[in-house]
Amino acid sequence: MTKKNPLLKSQYKNLLTDNMVPIIFILFTLIGFLVAKGVPFSFFLSDLSSRFYRNAFLVLSLVIPVIAGLGLNFGIVVGAMSGQIAIAIVRYFFIEGIGGMALCFAIATPIATFFGYLTGKLFNKTRGQEMIASLIVGFFANGIYQFLFLFVVGVIIKVPADHPMIKTDGVGIRMSVDMGTLKYSLENILEIPFMWAMLIIAVISAGFLLYKRYVKKDASTIENKLGFYAKLTGSLALLVISIISIATNNSLMTVKKVPVVTVLLIALLGLFNNLLLKTKLGQDFRSVGQSQHIARSNGIDVDRTRIIAVIISTVLAAWGQLIYIQNMGTLNTYGAHNVIGMFSVASLLVGGASVSKATVGQAIVGTLLFNSMFIMSPEIGKAVFGQAILGEYFRTFMVYGVIGLALGMYVWNANRKSRITLDPDEAEKLVG
Amino acid sequence: MSENLLKLKNISKDYYGNQVLNNINIDINKGEIHALVGENGAGKSTLMNILFGMPVIHSTGGYKGSIEIEGKEVNIATPHDAMNLGIGMVHQEFMLIPGFTITENIKINREITNPNIVSRIFGKSLETLDFKKMNADARKALDKLDMGIDEFTLVAGLPVGHMQFIEIAREIDKTGMKILVFDEPTAVLTETETQNLLKAIKKLAESGIGIIFISHRLDEVMQISDRVTVLRDGEHVATMNTKDTNTHEIAQLMIGRKISLDRKEKTNHISDETILRIRNFVVKMPGEEVKGLDLDVKKGEIIGIGGLAGQGKLGIANGIMGIYPAKGEVVFEGKPLELNNPKKSIASGLAFVSEDRKGVGLLLDSSIEFNTVFTSMQIHNDFLIKIGPIKFKDSKKIREHTKKMIKDLDIRCRSPLQNAGSLSGGNQQKVCLARALTQNPKLLLVSEPTRGIDVGAKKLVLDLLRKLNEEQGMTIVMTSSELAELRSICDRIVIICDGKVEGILPPDAPDADFGLMMSGSRANSDLRGDLNG
Repeated sequence: MTKKNPLLKSQYKNLLTDNMVPIIFILFTLIGFLVAKGVPFSFFLSDLSSRFYRNAFLVLSLVIPVIAGLGLNFGIVVGAMSGQIAIAIVRYFFIEGIGGMALCFAIATPIATFFGYLTGKLFNKTRGQEMIASLIVGFFANGIYQFLFLFVVGVIIKVPADHPMIKTDGVGIRMSVDMGTLKYSLENILEIPFMWAMLIIAVISAGFLLYKRYVKKDASTIENKLGFYAKLTGSLALLVISIISIATNNSLMTVKKVPVVTVLLIALLGLFNNLLLKTKLGQDFRSVGQSQHIARSNGIDVDRTRIIAVIISTVLAAWGQLIYIQNMGTLNTYGAHNVIGMFSVASLLVGGASVSKATVGQAIVGTLLFNSMFIMSPEIGKAVFGQAILGEYFRTFMVYGVIGLALGMYVWNANRKSRITLDPDEAEKLVG
Repeated sequence: MSENLLKLKNISKDYYGNQVLNNINIDINKGEIHALVGENGAGKSTLMNILFGMPVIHSTGGYKGSIEIEGKEVNIATPHDAMNLGIGMVHQEFMLIPGFTITENIKINREITNPNIVSRIFGKSLETLDFKKMNADARKALDKLDMGIDEFTLVAGLPVGHMQFIEIAREIDKTGMKILVFDEPTAVLTETETQNLLKAIKKLAESGIGIIFISHRLDEVMQISDRVTVLRDGEHVATMNTKDTNTHEIAQLMIGRKISLDRKEKTNHISDETILRIRNFVVKMPGEEVKGLDLDVKKGEIIGIGGLAGQGKLGIANGIMGIYPAKGEVVFEGKPLELNNPKKSIASGLAFVSEDRKGVGLLLDSSIEFNTVFTSMQIHNDFLIKIGPIKFKDSKKIREHTKKMIKDLDIRCRSPLQNAGSLSGGNQQKVCLARALTQNPKLLLVSEPTRGIDVGAKKLVLDLLRKLNEEQGMTIVMTSSELAELRSICDRIVIICDGKVEGILPPDAPDADFGLMMSGSRANSDLRGDLNG
């Protein structure tokens, strides 16, 4: 039931302007399919899904700081470095397989906690400028990281020069470190065909929706009928498509298999984020994020809450980087962490998040859309200009453009809200 | 005699030697509504800050005297202590988070939680919120106030009246609430909302809570309070039973006779010609809104604009000068003035000395001479040498002019090149005046000319204004919170209340008239002057 409302039109207009960035990206991908005719859908899905498993965790690690009012935490680069330090240690001692991976997680956690604490401290000192501070922290930490890996290892900590990880002169770690059997250690636990995974997801989501609507009688599903039926139809469509393709064994069955453990980890993190927000700590994050002044006057320890948010984000980023690198197969020692801050932030923004608002759903959608653009842009470059490299340039343009646009729109909206205007009707009433 | 709840004994407080409270004694009984009245700066807020253990008190050397709650002396060092002792406050500015529901706001940092698996390991902060119980509590608190609104509504977009009630609900939801302070709760409310609020306050008092009710509106004080305490300039003037007094007496006690600045007889003549005519004037200045004001200013007079903070007196000059959005009809020297255009306002011969000296008035990091001439340079193209299309500063002329101003206005500085920011408050104000005078204005608007400057400098500034008026016949519109200084130099004093002219009084009118008019008391409607008089 839709109410007759004169505001409705402007509401739709707002819906459009608020979701401008995701819409641009959807259109871009669709245009990509139109102009670059040679891209099979199954190839696209394979590429997109593997990129998703790699990046989603990192993007999700950005959600908590946004809710706690710290903005976009470019400082997850520091977390990524913690993860890489853990990998270097584990690889140095040749600890292999899933055990080695578990050890990586165990080592990365305290390191990331420590760095997260320091970053949080810094953010409390640079209140109001957290984002730029986080960006600079990333650059600064990169210097320390290089000092550690290029100098300390070898000069201060003596290592054997014939170790495969160490450069031939015995000082510093090589440009790239082979992951050995750490590679795909999470993926190898269990993999299932893509369409079977889709089938499972469709069943779960449809079941969950129905449960919420008819057993729990959740108010939101009853009031927002349109949203409910749209979601239900989507799940059912997915269900039908996956059954058809499993039955007919069509091209969709050639999509790369799904690493169950990685996907479960991503799902768990999404669930963790949502559950955390329902706890006292999560409520404190939200209070602090909305107004530090009011939170403080109600006795919430604002500084401590903010530090906890940064620690959580940094630790999650470290874990995310571990997932990322075990999927890549080699550790690009001096480059792997450099761009993840920018790319993760851009992904989150593409999902429709802003400096002050982010949800798990936006992170997921954003990761999918951003990587679609990444896959399609060289194809478009090839099709339109005959050169894939132009598409590469376009990628860079889009990454930084999205961040710039989102930041600009945020400030623009904030200014628009705080501008003082004299409402003519109101004035008329006062004068009488 | 009912049971004693709170006793403030011999409370004194000074900020770096500046006495703001002197020997205040107030006691509050259970179930009593105790009104606290006084002008701006009478010390009400400081007293409440002491009661709440605000950091501003303790970081400036604490206070003298003692506080007793239910006969026991207590030490209130932090707002948290105050909360634990059962002292609550309904703030004037709403302490509500717009993006939260009513329940979340009522329960902020006092959320009800249930343990879960994770919290058993990692501690209490990871316990799950129990929204059912929280909603039930919020419902109970809202019901106590007869609020029918759903507890899961978002606060953003609610009418201000509701927000006020949510603040109250938050306070009464706290267990063991004994004393509740209302700081100007009705300032932003409509008539009906006010009546609802007063009813709710009465109901709370009946349940045994002691209430301190701070308000400028004497009608409300008369209507609701059991006793009333009057503060003036940090002194405890009187505590009376409300039924033994009346608004007239309270108003008189509030204003009192201050150490008056001598008033000299004026020598010049005020013409009958109207230089500035304002009709249906509306200004959107946050916190100082003007809501449909009519006013005539005669050529050659000093007209004072007074009234309590937040009533809109500051909005008038800011609106005329185009600093905040304004609407209405303003005629200056027979010609209509284009509003919302500072450049036009200045060009037509108006000059403004802003109340926001550091924000709007001065370029703090620039020299005195640049501050003095810069508006004239921008608007009137004075002090410039034109060579072809390029304009240069006429440094020699600027220097000479500034030196003359420094001498005339007695600006204490090392040189005309000293930065304005490094001057004392009084001298900064003189630089502002120097800049206004450099524009050779036909009408000078001065807002809060003595704010934040010491007594000696105050007198100098006021004498200067009078001299300008008498010797050059300059028309001056002076806005000030300090009634005494308005009374010392103005020919007429306009009192602004709720964005409109409440009345116009001669400077030698009785104190009670000023007091009643400023509080917008309905009883004085017969006093309201003829606007065109």
